[in-house]
Amino acid sequence: MSLEAPEPELDVGETPDGDLDYDELADLLGEHVLDREEHVNAEGFVIRPDSVETVLATLKEEAGFDHLSCLTAQQYGDRYESIYHLKKYDDPTQELSVVVPTASEEPVSGSAAGVFDTAIWHEREAYDLVGIEYEDNPDLRRILLPETWQGHPLSNDYNQDQPQIVPLREHANPMEKRTQVPDRSDTMFINIGPHHPATHGVLHLETVLDGEQVVDVDPDIGYLHRCEEQMCEQGTYRHQIMPYPDRWDYISAGMLNEWSYARAAEDLADIDVPEYAQVIRTMAAEMSRIAAHMLAIGTFALDIYGDFTAIFMYSITDREKLQNLLEDLSGQRLMFNYFRLGGVAWDLPEPREQYFQKVRDFCEYMPGRLEEYHNLLTSNELFQMRVLDTGILPPEEARSYGCTGPVARGSGIDYDLRRDDPYGYYDELEWDVITDDGCDNFARALVRLKEMEQSARIIEQCVDVLEDWPEDEREIQSNVPRTLKPDHDKEIYRAVEAAKGELGIYIRSDGTDRPGRFKIRSPAFCNLQSLEVMAEGEYIPDMVAALGSLDIVLGEVDR
Amino acid sequence: MSKEQSEPELHDTLEQAQSKQDARMGGGVDDRFNSKLRQAFGSTPFILTKFDKFMNWVRGNSMFMLLFGIACCSIEMMHTYATKHDLDRFGAGVPRASPRQADVIIVPGTIVSKFGPRLKRVYDQMPEPKFVVSMGSCTISGGPFQEGYNVVKGAEEIIPCDIHVPGCPPRPEALIYGVLKLQEGIRAGESAPVTVKPYELEQFGDLDDDALVRKLASEIDEDDLVMRYNWADSP
Repeated sequence: MSLEAPEPELDVGETPDGDLDYDELADLLGEHVLDREEHVNAEGFVIRPDSVETVLATLKEEAGFDHLSCLTAQQYGDRYESIYHLKKYDDPTQELSVVVPTASEEPVSGSAAGVFDTAIWHEREAYDLVGIEYEDNPDLRRILLPETWQGHPLSNDYNQDQPQIVPLREHANPMEKRTQVPDRSDTMFINIGPHHPATHGVLHLETVLDGEQVVDVDPDIGYLHRCEEQMCEQGTYRHQIMPYPDRWDYISAGMLNEWSYARAAEDLADIDVPEYAQVIRTMAAEMSRIAAHMLAIGTFALDIYGDFTAIFMYSITDREKLQNLLEDLSGQRLMFNYFRLGGVAWDLPEPREQYFQKVRDFCEYMPGRLEEYHNLLTSNELFQMRVLDTGILPPEEARSYGCTGPVARGSGIDYDLRRDDPYGYYDELEWDVITDDGCDNFARALVRLKEMEQSARIIEQCVDVLEDWPEDEREIQSNVPRTLKPDHDKEIYRAVEAAKGELGIYIRSDGTDRPGRFKIRSPAFCNLQSLEVMAEGEYIPDMVAALGSLDIVLGEVDR
Repeated sequence: MSKEQSEPELHDTLEQAQSKQDARMGGGVDDRFNSKLRQAFGSTPFILTKFDKFMNWVRGNSMFMLLFGIACCSIEMMHTYATKHDLDRFGAGVPRASPRQADVIIVPGTIVSKFGPRLKRVYDQMPEPKFVVSMGSCTISGGPFQEGYNVVKGAEEIIPCDIHVPGCPPRPEALIYGVLKLQEGIRAGESAPVTVKPYELEQFGDLDDDALVRKLASEIDEDDLVMRYNWADSP
């Protein structure tokens, strides 16, 4: 018997060194591929609108593309186009775009809803904002805008000045047609939100109850849809877009969001980032991650047992410490606007030793503090009784719903872009990806707590590196032209690991200094969609717990 | 619409604004320091004036805030309530989850078309006298999102605001300053004048008949409450 590890089985189109052989993939799809496009991140296969389901199913089953990361819809002068960005959970660097053009006069396309559950919401959004209709989508309604909205705002001929009428329907039951109640009819329809303390912002949950159990839940989003994509399309690459990412995931996770835009735009325009700036970015991003997870834990405890005194206050106290550090670095408490294309805005604050000392103090304080959180939460019997084995999200469902971040890792999916698709300085540092096989509310909270510990480790190592950095090599910004004009029709989709999961940006350049299309793939949007799986059949309080453990932030869900 | 006409003269626009204001306010002064007693006693007898003064002092020193979060600013608002900043020190730190128990609503974030009617409804559910602190640039003008197709250009389009706290987001210190200023005003018995408030909840059947209304007639019932946004007229 050989002691060598067995060769890992390769998917169709995968080369032994982990790359993709697009020719082999094209052969797999045969005549479905009409044309092949070159995007910066991957190749795009152009297919007919009626073969969407067949192509995606083949790719999923035979070529291993089990992650529908994003769907971008856009309108050109002569056609509409939907782009399905596919990845693999095992190796997210293996990417493939499936491009589906549809005619201008009658934008009707096939749907991917039968292959990926996450496609339902993505296609609803594409229908809502751009106006492409997906034929077999089981639930093609508007998702972000009110149902009575006129026109599709990201299509070319939309008139922003036309009046709109928005109804406030108080007693209507929108679920009547949707919910099938088996042989019992004593169900109750209840609205939770959009103004409700447990919904983490302005989320509206339309819920059908049978007694105290949830029969059907439909998250109604869009109460914070503030046109982030339009805003980014109106800004210039160099400076005007960077302030907006801060406001997507506003729970102090600004640095992580800025990185998503910085990474996409830098790859689009071929900008190099100095190593020194990458270390600072890594440190700042991990501080943001701790702050974001702190709030997630604090509000989760608030949801679970109304603990407004200890854990919530603890987490806010720790966030204040982090916000002080971030404020020293960037000058702002919440909306940092610290990253620049090609580097960061300025160097570490002077005196450097003092700043390093502060950061080190915090990193030393973290493990002991986390011990306290564990005492208060994870080893607390009350907490365990509330969250263990509730809100189950099996890994297959999590994949199908495109869950990423702590939600996926709490379901045992070993997926972290910091390691799998390395950027910044992460691959030079020692840290672990935390996963947990619990698949329940407890596992997700536990993953976040443990991740904070790893983030503290990363920060500590970054400080070590920064301290030893030679003084004359502290280059914080590479040379970037004042006006960036990437080539016409260059397309890119890039993602980073934000606090909530995979935050991706698609940019199509149209040859000017502003993006032709700017699409945000928000992790919270995809994670929220899986609430149905977690909540149906559970009791109401468990649904609230599941929602808390998803850690959504509405700014990012609605954009 | 108005774009095709020639630039209106300044005094014209002023007049328009005033007539709009009158129409919304129904003539008289905004009577948020209502009082059934006052109606019963006629004009302002001495005892009621003293009583009002006392009540204002009480109101200013014990305010129940509505637990209300919209967007980014709500994070800074939470920090204001919690440790370090602790708004409770100023007699204004008891967040109430129900609007029926709250005196003050802090509007912390961007208001978009879908949320407008809800905000109005939450505000209407608060008992009189009620006060509004609008927090952040978005509630002043729409802030960084002002040009968005879906964004209401400031909270004052929907509800009257007493205090505006600028910033994106304002620091907790700024919010505390705003709340203190509000308390000062309440103690002095001031209430904000209702400025232009173009968006109201009305019944669908009451809207002027135009192309949009005819188009939506099959989707919305006559007695459904609706909010009509005239984006072209927004400031």
